[in-house]
Amino acid sequence: MEIVMSILAGTLFAAGVYLLLQKQLLKIVLGTALLSHGAHLFILTMGKLNRGAPPILEKGIKIYTDPLPQALILTSIVISFGVTSFLLVLAYRTYQSNKTDMMDQLRGTDDE
Amino acid sequence: MMSNFVFLPIFIPLFVGAILVFLNKKHQLTMKISYLTVFLSLGVSIYLSYYVFKNNPLILETGAWKAPYGIILVADKLSVIMILSVNVIALAAVIFAASSVNSKMVQHYFYPLFFLLIAGVSGAFLTGDLFNLFVFFEVLLMASYGLIIIGGSKVQFRESVKYILLNLFSSILFVTTVAFLYSVTGTVNMAQLGERVAEVEQQGILTGIAILLFVVFATKGALFPLYFWLPKSYIVPSPVVSALFGALLTKVGVYSMLRVYTLIFSHKLELTHTFFIWVATITMLIGVIGALSTSNVKLIIAYNIMPAIGFMLLGIGTFSAESLAGTIYYLVHDMAIKAALFFLAGLLVWHAGTSNLNKMGGFIKTSPLLGWMFFIAALVLAGIPPFSGFIGKYLLLRGAFDEEHYIAAGIGLLSSLLILFSVLRIFIGAFWGEVKEEPKEKVRSSGLAASGLLIAISILLGVGAEWFYPYIQSAADSLIDPQIYIDFVLKE
Repeated sequence: MEIVMSILAGTLFAAGVYLLLQKQLLKIVLGTALLSHGAHLFILTMGKLNRGAPPILEKGIKIYTDPLPQALILTSIVISFGVTSFLLVLAYRTYQSNKTDMMDQLRGTDDE
Repeated sequence: MMSNFVFLPIFIPLFVGAILVFLNKKHQLTMKISYLTVFLSLGVSIYLSYYVFKNNPLILETGAWKAPYGIILVADKLSVIMILSVNVIALAAVIFAASSVNSKMVQHYFYPLFFLLIAGVSGAFLTGDLFNLFVFFEVLLMASYGLIIIGGSKVQFRESVKYILLNLFSSILFVTTVAFLYSVTGTVNMAQLGERVAEVEQQGILTGIAILLFVVFATKGALFPLYFWLPKSYIVPSPVVSALFGALLTKVGVYSMLRVYTLIFSHKLELTHTFFIWVATITMLIGVIGALSTSNVKLIIAYNIMPAIGFMLLGIGTFSAESLAGTIYYLVHDMAIKAALFFLAGLLVWHAGTSNLNKMGGFIKTSPLLGWMFFIAALVLAGIPPFSGFIGKYLLLRGAFDEEHYIAAGIGLLSSLLILFSVLRIFIGAFWGEVKEEPKEKVRSSGLAASGLLIAISILLGVGAEWFYPYIQSAADSLIDPQIYIDFVLKE
């Protein structure tokens, strides 16, 4: 199971990096979203995947899931959710004020 | 009871920042509250430093969860030095903001974002948990994303997109690295990480993770070759925001390196730390070349951030008690002087109505105080004795010579000289000669007061080095022996 998840996370990373290298701003934003999904899956996988086991350790319970990665992933999801929505608005405003959403035209000159 | 004090440097700005969101239409009231808050916060941090140096470090275990399991905040000597510096910068920034932040900026939540930035930076300095370091990084970055686009001009949007994308990418890399580290060591507590990495003597994969983490911090700290986002994005916002970024943000990256590569990954020095020295050397060179290549006043100051970061990394790479003391000294010095220089450059640009150095001239007649302050700030930055830059550089370079890193030390000396040249170029170009164009507006006095405060502190740090050095040295001593920190946090 861990192998499958690792491959999936890797695929997400690859797709994310590919999109990040595009010129169009929207694609880049989507790329960062994919990257963060990859990172989150990766955190979950790194805490070892157990089936049917609660993240609680009590007396008598022999098999349990590590709760820490779940706490980490939750924090991280909230953060990336906020950043992505902010980034979408920013991309739109950048497009509005600069009249282009291509990164190679967003270079600017020295004398500003 | 006393340990709860550790929470205050984060809580006060966070709380006030949240309140001020609702007062964004009331300029005067917001300003008064801001003054009160920074003074209160400065008072708390002075008391905290006094307590930590006099008695012992403090640790706050939130929710009474014992150290390796719960979230902890640790105020050791290094942390309180940083907290104190942050609060001094915050005070200067509020003084500067009094005249430079207009009602429109206040309406667009300048003060709430400012306090959230301070809260995030303080949190990053106090946390004893690697994942929480990431969270506080995000807090301060989120605030900085907001601050960088206040004003909403065309060029601001253009540059902030790059700034945000790069920082976002490095944050994602940070989480991934923490996940790697967790899967190998089974903990995110820094003290326990230090202990466990030491147990296995930092084998192969851990060194790989160390380098990956270095890439993260190098992006935040703008080291070669990951510095491209910095110069231009730092000059587009209002000067007070530029000063905050230049003084605080990159320094958080340096602080994280200082913490992680002394506490956790300090067992394969020949691999990691030697690599740091080379990166530091190239960063110094590239930074000064950038500073010399432009005649935009703000850009010259922004490029000058990089050689400073290079110097600090040189101290971490050299890794002796003396060079680490040098790094801490330089860190404090650079926070004060970078903020001051960004303030002064901002005042100069307003005064001249342009940021192009070739169109300025003769301003010593119209604003002598600004000119002389700039001159002193330039000397402080370049490290002319007896100012504070000299003490830090002296310690760093002596450390580098002792450990026989001659090339790095030589390039350090050369770049100091070029730094002096690059900033004196501004002084000569803008203040000497005949008046080319009439000044656009008078220099704002509260801006001068803020810069004056920071320059005075820099001078004090240099002239009173005998005074401050023992504290800095004892902070560095506790860094060079990570066992002190580990034992203290894990209570063994």
